[in-house]
Amino acid sequence: MAMLSYSRAIGQALGDAMDADPDVILIGEDIGEAGGPFGVTRGLRDKFGEMRVFDAPISEAAMVGAAVGAAMHGLKPVVEIMFMDFATLAMDAIVNQAAKAHFMFGGQRSLPMVIRMPHGGGIGAGPQHSQCLEAWFAHVPGLKVVCPSDVASVYALLRAAIDDPNPVIFVEQKARYAAKGELPDERPVARIGEARTLRGGRDATVVTYGSTVERALAAADALSVDGIDVEVIDLQSIQPWDTRTVLDSVSRTHRLVVAHEATQAFGVGAEIAAYVGEQAFDELDAPVMRVGAPFMPVPFSKSMEQDFAPGQQRIADAVRKVME
Amino acid sequence: MRIRRSEETLSALFANGEVPGFLHLSLGQEAVAAGVMSALSETDTIASNHRGHGHSLAKGMSIDAFFAEIFGREDGLCKGRGGSMHVADMSLGMLGANGIVAAGVPICLGSALAHRIRRNSAISAAMFGDGAMAEGVVHESFNLARLWELPVLFVCENNGWAEFRPTSKQIAFRLEDLAATFGLPYRCVDGNDVFAVAEASAAIVETCRAGQPAVLECMTTRVRGHYEGDSQRYRDGADDGAADDRDPLAIAERALRELGVEDAVLAGVRAEVDREVAAATDFARNSAHPSIADALSGVYASAGAA
Repeated sequence: MAMLSYSRAIGQALGDAMDADPDVILIGEDIGEAGGPFGVTRGLRDKFGEMRVFDAPISEAAMVGAAVGAAMHGLKPVVEIMFMDFATLAMDAIVNQAAKAHFMFGGQRSLPMVIRMPHGGGIGAGPQHSQCLEAWFAHVPGLKVVCPSDVASVYALLRAAIDDPNPVIFVEQKARYAAKGELPDERPVARIGEARTLRGGRDATVVTYGSTVERALAAADALSVDGIDVEVIDLQSIQPWDTRTVLDSVSRTHRLVVAHEATQAFGVGAEIAAYVGEQAFDELDAPVMRVGAPFMPVPFSKSMEQDFAPGQQRIADAVRKVME
Repeated sequence: MRIRRSEETLSALFANGEVPGFLHLSLGQEAVAAGVMSALSETDTIASNHRGHGHSLAKGMSIDAFFAEIFGREDGLCKGRGGSMHVADMSLGMLGANGIVAAGVPICLGSALAHRIRRNSAISAAMFGDGAMAEGVVHESFNLARLWELPVLFVCENNGWAEFRPTSKQIAFRLEDLAATFGLPYRCVDGNDVFAVAEASAAIVETCRAGQPAVLECMTTRVRGHYEGDSQRYRDGADDGAADDRDPLAIAERALRELGVEDAVLAGVRAEVDREVAAATDFARNSAHPSIADALSGVYASAGAA
């Protein structure tokens, strides 16, 4: 059992995957010599050499396009996009090429590639370095989207993403890069598409992912003082998402709140609420509540940013609302 | 000849409604496809563009499966899911035509990277049109290819038209100068003379095989509109690219006759191609229509897929 940071867990997963499979290569801006802007890939170039770890110039479109071509040959490129916001520069390669190649070419080839990108605010990075755009990618058939919340899950899901024969958008929490957690010596494994129930409860279900998981757990603790017993599900995967675990929980609690840092409108919460409404309307004792960011760009100033992402209080308020 | 007759046939089948969707023909540009592909080996890879029929057939794609794909049928190379703009045959190193201008260019970078990592002597050739020169990813790709010393050949098929306006109104630089900016070897050739293209390609492919990127510009002509059905009101008749002295097939025939190839041999080739195209048309017509249920199960690859 080792205590290590979220960012070191990612580096560990990359290194272990590269040890296990010579086809795994890394491509990204400053990930080699400089060890990555957040230090995630530190040491990997020294260990694996310049034919496994490729430093790219600031060319997101060419990097991801090249990863598509490399994956067509059975290589397993893992591309780092420095901030999720910069994925906009590679959208053709992601959406038109990577997502469609397997389908569009009649299944001739799979496209085993991972595109890592950190999302989220909380570090004063402003409107173009803080966005949570995972719903965009979850809307595109052919892509998988995962968003792990802690050390064990970020390790396990990155290994699963690299082993997956499809393009996976791997969303990291940049505000949690330094957060410590335990990585068991027996390395954890995970399946893309499986959620984790982190806290059992009878009265209401909170479905969440990413950095909002910690806030949902804190809200559940606070609510327990008032005798409200909340189940907290860490979705982990957004596309595909674990419908069974969520429906099963709702069939017991009959109340659902979906919370995430991304913009509430047209978001992941909207999809989950609609799905549960369609599939389990009779199980619900209250309308499904969504808790997400307001419909505005992520503001810079700390005084605004602290109220932007849903915190413990807003999640608790939503649970009380469905309990009315 | 195979490309010419295939596209003429597809044009007629499109006009009578049998071929659906968009059709971007490369009539007048056949010598580029034939000449460049003659210099590539089986393990070399290419990525093509929306005007990619010629590249596909010249790389060796099965004409039956090619026609079936353009008809949108089950026996198509892509099971009818891609169509004219997405024909691909990975087993031939043909990494796909592409509906997005310039998108195949960085895909070739990755293919060339794979060749380099695996230390084989193959190269990757990116086929793009003059219009693609305005796309930023081409400039990114020239830079990355040079930085990583990738065995990639950038082939610009300059037919003088980028969609509906002449290249001169869309591109403010010369490709030769752009190549020089990135330190890439550059060669320009008459893209309507298949022998000239083949010779230039063979030479520049060796440069790439030695481990460096290079640029080949082929000056050619777009006989048809941007797509089939394009009325081309923007174009005056004098410049329709169909003049006999610029027709790549006429040029090739003249050259072959000068080499002593007899008319009977040429007539034999023509007859054989006609038979192939007719058979491919029948094959496509008789192939089943694919179902959406099958396609739905093909969005994601399952574990253990190739």
